[in-house]
Amino acid sequence: MTLTLPTAPDRPVSRRVDSPHLRALESEAIHILREVAGQFDKPVILFSAGKDSVLVLHLARKAFHPAAVPFSLLHVDTGHNFPEVLAFRDRVVAAGGLRLTVARVQDWIDDGRLTERPDGTRNPLQTVPLVDTIAGERFDAVIGGARRDEERARAKERIFSLRDAFGGWDPRKQRPELWGLYNGRHAPGEHVRVFPLSNWTELDVWNYIEAEGIDLPEIYYAHQRDVFARNGMWLAPGEWGGPGRGESIQRRWVRYRTVGDMSCTGAVESHATDVRAVIEEIIATRITERGATRADDKLSEAAMEDRKREGYF
Amino acid sequence: MGTAVNGFINTASGAGAADGGTIGSPETGSADVDVQELAAELSHSRGLLRFATAGSVDDGKSTLVGRLLHDSKSVLSDQLDAVQRTSEAKGLETPDLSLLVDGLRAEREQGITIDVAYRYFATPSRTFILADTPGHVQYTRNTVTGASTADLVVILTDARTGVVAQTRRHAAVAALLGVPHLLLAVNKIDLVDYEQGVFDTIAAEFSAYARGLGIHEITAIPISALHGDNVVTRSERIGWYRGPSVLEHLETVRLQDESTGQSLRFPVQYVIRPRTDELPDYRGYAGRVSAGTVRPGDQVVVLPSGLRSTVTGIDTADGPRSAAVSGESVTLLLSDDVDLSRGDLIAAGGDIPEPVTEFTATITQLADRPLRAGARILLRYGATSTRALVTGLDHLLDIDSLTYRTAPQALALNDIAQLTIRTADPLPVEPYRPGGAVGSLLIIDPADGTTLAAGMVGDRLAALHPARAADSDAPAESDEEDWLS
Repeated sequence: MTLTLPTAPDRPVSRRVDSPHLRALESEAIHILREVAGQFDKPVILFSAGKDSVLVLHLARKAFHPAAVPFSLLHVDTGHNFPEVLAFRDRVVAAGGLRLTVARVQDWIDDGRLTERPDGTRNPLQTVPLVDTIAGERFDAVIGGARRDEERARAKERIFSLRDAFGGWDPRKQRPELWGLYNGRHAPGEHVRVFPLSNWTELDVWNYIEAEGIDLPEIYYAHQRDVFARNGMWLAPGEWGGPGRGESIQRRWVRYRTVGDMSCTGAVESHATDVRAVIEEIIATRITERGATRADDKLSEAAMEDRKREGYF
Repeated sequence: MGTAVNGFINTASGAGAADGGTIGSPETGSADVDVQELAAELSHSRGLLRFATAGSVDDGKSTLVGRLLHDSKSVLSDQLDAVQRTSEAKGLETPDLSLLVDGLRAEREQGITIDVAYRYFATPSRTFILADTPGHVQYTRNTVTGASTADLVVILTDARTGVVAQTRRHAAVAALLGVPHLLLAVNKIDLVDYEQGVFDTIAAEFSAYARGLGIHEITAIPISALHGDNVVTRSERIGWYRGPSVLEHLETVRLQDESTGQSLRFPVQYVIRPRTDELPDYRGYAGRVSAGTVRPGDQVVVLPSGLRSTVTGIDTADGPRSAAVSGESVTLLLSDDVDLSRGDLIAAGGDIPEPVTEFTATITQLADRPLRAGARILLRYGATSTRALVTGLDHLLDIDSLTYRTAPQALALNDIAQLTIRTADPLPVEPYRPGGAVGSLLIIDPADGTTLAAGMVGDRLAALHPARAADSDAPAESDEEDWLS
């Protein structure tokens, strides 16, 4: 199979999206990304190679065509990432001539700045390496693929979200945003998180991926995998916590709706092997994206709100 | 649609046997045909309606929004499970749908909503972005924010209390912003025994008020958000009402985009210069068309310099375009090597704005921090940021009587005022247009970047009601009795 990478600079770019509402979302996201380039000195895209970050990079490429994307990439690697996703990430970076900074959670554990959690989950451990790297590299704008439809706390997130020197988010201090006027002013040490996909829904993302022919890591599409059941999710086995006693490994047709830390990202049963089938499945499904696949959001009703306050995305 | 996706699919061994296109999820396996039809509908041409909701604290707004999301099948089962659990824990008999939309723990604990929250849902005919604004202390700030880009505002009122001061304030704020459509949802109609007379009185009073504000499309609908009457489906319990449900109205309200027919306004956000071997001299001006239409060959003026040039091309990553209309992000190529940078405005037409250093604006104070005459501010207009001075606080707007009063020494949170701004550099400002793509601004504290206020260039009250504004120099008496009706 020939690999066609979304960032190859000489590739004739995709055909035009024909849905008026996807076109409006695309224009809005491009406007936001150009504001970042115009207002900040050292912006970075948080790039996990998950579909939302792949989409952000794709839009950035369109925003600055035919020039290079004026942002570098940052990935917080938990050490439990899907190997397929890391390989995809590295191919994108190499083909696009992009600059990637990787912050490895393992490095923070090794030198004692972080301690492994008893449950082995590393998703919550990403915050410290993220905030440390933002401060160390002096990134002043950190672009992420989060969407307001993902979760209740995110429904109140701004497109330009001010963070203090510790990466913290105070909902009461966020600036009102009107008329597409984005205020990126910040004090030294503070930074702004920018969410160009704020107004997209999961379905919009998939419809756009289809329309633009954007490549994704293969684990987004149905494949057979050894998994075990826990808390109503299918988890991949690994040294970090599974399967436990009474949990048995089965080989099943699954796909991932989000790609995060393997220890807490669950697969859903699926036979959707292409993007159209995925879209039909999303419409049919009755479980929201994060609820179906992220164990860390089930910790408490306010789990996301708490993690955002601490500097998580 | 229907483009093949490159690479990475069907990589699992034995995938050839997969029945691609069917739904793997066990609970939905039987609905394949419906799903495919719905998928096709939801993927294709649909318009986008941005709307905001506003109401007083106990008008049942969260319940209405929860009901809209729930009854339009936009709430998925894990969200509903959480609502069910919480409702049971509170000892409620039926699920409290307002729990679907209360976002933050602080809000849930206090039973309030503290900020604008955005909701997304779609029906086969339209996609909706809902700005859900709370109705308490910071109502003006939040309503202005939520309604700033809205095509329609839903104002809730309680059938038992009718049109109250807050109802009129929300309508006035919507009118100041130029929102074209208002929907008055007369909620809790069940608590007045579904009585037509009650609804008719409220609807007539509100319509008279809103028409006086210059809002021409006003719809009133009797609803019970709690029971779902007339929210998504028409209620049999309100047989005397023959109009649409709230959702039907949202799906069918006619949107008119006048901005495409206006003169071109194109704020330059960023200059694209690849400086590669293949493109050593490429110079493109990236931005989003804020009004009008642009085509290659158009004669344009660059502001504030006043230099003239010609559009030689409209570039996008998808290839060159023959035209771009308002709302579209593109890159313009010009014939001359004019000196252009971020913040400049490319304009065309017979009404080219004159760059000025002093102008008036109608602003809403958004920060809990006083704004005084003499304040040094950072002004954001289009893609421009410039130093500026508030030279005078001219009037305070009384949102209840819609008259000007003498301005106080300092503006406080939620104040709406008329003020004079002087800028360090000439700016091609022009009067605010609904939607804010032209004539909107931010007032920013240069010390820490706080957004102090949002403003609209010009005298917005005069725009609403010229006769009234003309004689409002004298502090108005409290004429709560409507000049409108």
